[in-house]
Amino acid sequence: MAIPKSVLITGASRGIGQQIAYQFAKQGSFVAINYPFESEKENALHTLHEVQKLGSQGNIYEADVSNLAAVEDMVKQMKSDIGTIDVLVANAGITKDKLIMRMTPQDWEQVLHINLSGAFHCTKAVTKEMMREKKGRIVYISSVIGMIGNAGQANYAASKGGMIALCKSVAKEFGSRNITANCVAPGYIMTDMTQNLPKEATDQFMSRVSIQRYGTMEDVANAVLFLSSDQAAYITGQVLVVDGGLTL
Amino acid sequence: MTREEVLQKVVPVISDKLGIEEEQVVGDAHFINDLGADSLGLVDITMALEEEFGLEIPDEDAGKLETVNSMIDYILKAV
Repeated sequence: MAIPKSVLITGASRGIGQQIAYQFAKQGSFVAINYPFESEKENALHTLHEVQKLGSQGNIYEADVSNLAAVEDMVKQMKSDIGTIDVLVANAGITKDKLIMRMTPQDWEQVLHINLSGAFHCTKAVTKEMMREKKGRIVYISSVIGMIGNAGQANYAASKGGMIALCKSVAKEFGSRNITANCVAPGYIMTDMTQNLPKEATDQFMSRVSIQRYGTMEDVANAVLFLSSDQAAYITGQVLVVDGGLTL
Repeated sequence: MTREEVLQKVVPVISDKLGIEEEQVVGDAHFINDLGADSLGLVDITMALEEEFGLEIPDEDAGKLETVNSMIDYILKAV
């Protein structure tokens, strides 16, 4: 598989983003590890050390993706460090799960801001560079929840569904510049984010998964790697569902 | 700034963004019909010129700037 020279992964200090960083590092890409704020810096540094142990180069970049100016500064910095940005993996995301009756406008806005506006900001910043190069890959980490909805996750579902629509628009808008945009939609994956779900929700999900196990972060990262490779050059605007059959 | 000075700065930007020879970027050339620009290319050129000259070209004005000359006239007035 021909692997990109450089990749920017948002929210790479933990969870799926971190695993994606490791997968790219194994292939020898320069890995730009984004983290949101000072208190995540240590985790980001840990990710970077692991990336280096895997034999790759990288750097850490602090930026709150919900702030366009911060994202633009990060992209500028990355550009001066490595020259080109071949791939963006828009992964940064949070949850604030509540039933709608209990969900405040702040709960709603915060999730939309970070998950969806964050993806827009990153797209806006990197496409400027990718246009110049006349090539680029964008992979959005959406979720099956963005396709099928979920009680208690209206904000998260809306943000992840919005990402799919954003992705398809990006695919159309930048296709002529050889920039592809695709989504990976993970199902039930073992992460920090899912391990705190109530047991009954977990059991309910698991009973619907054809491949009778949780997904791993590596399962997700492999899909991201594929969509970022030369082999996926003619695939754009698509949603690759990595859910063991959950949504079938 | 003289028209000649603006031209000297505008031509390389357009040639770079559209991937064409500088000689092709003549005054009465139409971005879309003569220089092969598409809507994304036009936005790209406009943004690069905004940066180059430190000005802001609102969308409603940018839409009317269809030729190299009209772009240069606009910049001359704005700077």
